Amino acid sequence: MKFLLEMEKIEKSFGSVKVLDGIELSVREGTVHVLMGENGAGKSTLMKILAGVHKCDKGIIKIKGEKVEIHSPKNAQELGIAMIHQELSLIPEMTVAENIFMGREPGKGFFVDYKQMYRKTEELLKELGVKINPSIKVGKLKVADQQLVEIAKAISLNAEIIVMDEPTSAITDKEVEMLFQIIEDLKKKKKGIIYISHKMDEIFKIADDITVLRDGEYVNSWSAEKLNQDMLIKNMVGRDLNEIYPKEYIKPGNVLFEVKNFSKQGQFQDIHFHVRKGEILGIAGLMGAGRTELMHTIFGLEKPDSGELYLEGKLVNIKNPQDAIRHRIAYVTEDRKLEGLVLEMGVGENITLSSMKQLSNLFFIKEREEKKSINKQIEALRIRVHTPRQRANSLSGGNQQKVVLAKWMMKTPKLLILDEPTRGIDVGAKSEIYKLMGEYVKKGNAILMISSEMQEVMGMSDRIVVMSNGLLCKELAKEEFEQEDIMKMAVSNI
Amino acid sequence: MEKTEKKAFHIKDFIAHYGVIIGLILIIAYFSIMRTKFLTMDNMVNMFRQMTINGMLAIGMTFVVLTGGIDLSVGSIVGASGMFSALIARTETGCPWYLAVLVGLGIGLLLGAVNGIAVAYLKIPAFIATLAMLSIARGITYMATDAKPVPGLSETFLKIGSGNIGIIPIPVIVLAVVLVICFVVLYKTRYGRYVFATGGNPVSARVSGINVKLITCSVYIISGVMAGVAGLILTSRVTSGLAAGGDGYEVDAIAAAVIGGNSLSGGRGRLWGTIVGFVIMGVMNNGLDMMAVSSYWQLVIKGLIISGAVMLDSLTKDK
Repeated sequence: MKFLLEMEKIEKSFGSVKVLDGIELSVREGTVHVLMGENGAGKSTLMKILAGVHKCDKGIIKIKGEKVEIHSPKNAQELGIAMIHQELSLIPEMTVAENIFMGREPGKGFFVDYKQMYRKTEELLKELGVKINPSIKVGKLKVADQQLVEIAKAISLNAEIIVMDEPTSAITDKEVEMLFQIIEDLKKKKKGIIYISHKMDEIFKIADDITVLRDGEYVNSWSAEKLNQDMLIKNMVGRDLNEIYPKEYIKPGNVLFEVKNFSKQGQFQDIHFHVRKGEILGIAGLMGAGRTELMHTIFGLEKPDSGELYLEGKLVNIKNPQDAIRHRIAYVTEDRKLEGLVLEMGVGENITLSSMKQLSNLFFIKEREEKKSINKQIEALRIRVHTPRQRANSLSGGNQQKVVLAKWMMKTPKLLILDEPTRGIDVGAKSEIYKLMGEYVKKGNAILMISSEMQEVMGMSDRIVVMSNGLLCKELAKEEFEQEDIMKMAVSNI
Repeated sequence: MEKTEKKAFHIKDFIAHYGVIIGLILIIAYFSIMRTKFLTMDNMVNMFRQMTINGMLAIGMTFVVLTGGIDLSVGSIVGASGMFSALIARTETGCPWYLAVLVGLGIGLLLGAVNGIAVAYLKIPAFIATLAMLSIARGITYMATDAKPVPGLSETFLKIGSGNIGIIPIPVIVLAVVLVICFVVLYKTRYGRYVFATGGNPVSARVSGINVKLITCSVYIISGVMAGVAGLILTSRVTSGLAAGGDGYEVDAIAAAVIGGNSLSGGRGRLWGTIVGFVIMGVMNNGLDMMAVSSYWQLVIKGLIISGAVMLDSLTKDK
């Protein structure tokens, strides 16, 4: 089988920091090649080189056997390379068709032939089996549909090599199935797909070949049939991982937090649930079910239309995040970059941001105490930084998530709300976060965990509630956990 | 595992970060060569006295810019506070000088608060709200005296702008004190931390429990008070309240903040940068005047410096 893409002995440094050393990647036509590695391993940088965003310092890139130099993203596009980023690169205020044909709108001279553009878009979407109106503004689509638009764009560019970076991190299982079907079709058309993901079960479903990078170095490549999960993890991490879900059984105590009759028009209705001390309550459901909106409202970021919240049996009034924090509730939001961190500020400053009152006397910050607290958190959560003063921007996804966790842990909360706590995080960091969750509830605290990853929900929760279209469908005890049941309930109200 | 190598010293990063200081040194060197009178004590004292007004405004502007906002009304607030304090400071009213000072500061605080409420609570974009205030405050100032100047101010009041303590002009002392206070507030208090967080990511700041609306409102109050002080200094220097006082001053204030490396989108900036910014502008004004460069050319040069400084700053941004 022909090789669509060969990358040989790729090296890249930023200043004096070498991020890639001796990388090899060969993608055969009509196959899915999964690129794996912990965050910081160099996957994104390698793909950026392929996409023409960076130039490699050393190494050879060949497309269909011919040596090429990729000078720019436009050049990469001309060579048949398409990137579908983890952070979608669509323009929200423009329509689906406008986005797909961005930069190459059909028409004569200055004038765009909109009719042709919309017609071509419709044909393209039909071919993919996707039901999206080409004249809707992309910003109004759900994330899963936005992703499909990106894929459509890549295909319309007659890309031969399509790179998908964490394509399923923001879509649910049903939509993942659709994506995989599209990938199968692409394979049949002899395209080469480079797929970056941390999700083990997906990888083994879809991969033909797997390449592992570690710390900027090339570990090895295998055909997927020759690998199993344990071997893969071992190669990625370089060490043995005992258990992915280290969840001990803890006897739950009294009810810590209860929600009654909670409603907000257009988002959720009549929500009742409770969580006990020592418990992890998993909140499952599809995207758009209203889970995040519910947590936002519980935490005081939004106002509910009706309902009550009870902490340890007492009614509490939470009008804003400060109230929630005062009641020892913490909220690790879904999107750490948008809602969890101040990326421009240092790691240490992010960690202490919610604890400034404790760390100051009247006007001034107690700097020595602050430093001590920061170091304590960095150690406790094993956050990997050169110095606490480096910008939060510079950390890997897993470490960024730990910084957000550290910020909340400093408040010693009794109730921790986690919204997709391990999204976009590598296996090693995931396991660490699960361990921290376990230690946390052991002390008699409780966790509300929103998760769309079935394995995670079933592995970490003591009980599960399923939300669908704003309603709370059912509560399941641990013995009752069954993947298909949860799925059935999640789609039941649509 | 993250790589734990330390980054080596890179000349490019150094220039991007500290380029403005290098620029300032070069400019001073240039002028001292071109005009021997440049580096004299007399000229230096005068130069610093001249730059205090812009300095005050630039410091206030820094707080606003750090939150991602902008205050276009500072020039008009200077005019309003100057005018109203002048009305009180006239010898004929018999009012003590400190009453005039309080009025000046009060106007600054009031107008700043209106700006702050508009931006933080009414959700009017800062550009629009302060643009409106620019117009409204100027209009009120003209109306107050029917555009006529207000002379005849008390001796003690006039000392504010023209007096000295030793060889140091009072305005410079005021600026220095304000500077020290602002440094401490911005870098050593939790309020300062909240300002940076609000500018860097207001959503995260809110989730973290910061009262983002209050912080946002407060920086406009600070800017207003600074403009109030500047108004007092201006009025006492020109010895009468002028309805057009402060007209156009917002441009230089913003320029100083920007030259200093403060990002107009918020969350990134440094107070020492603002200082370098208004010092560069003060030095340029003084030096070019000494070399009898036409004021039209000075405008062009000012624009070039602003662009140059911003380009330098964009080199520090992550790619």
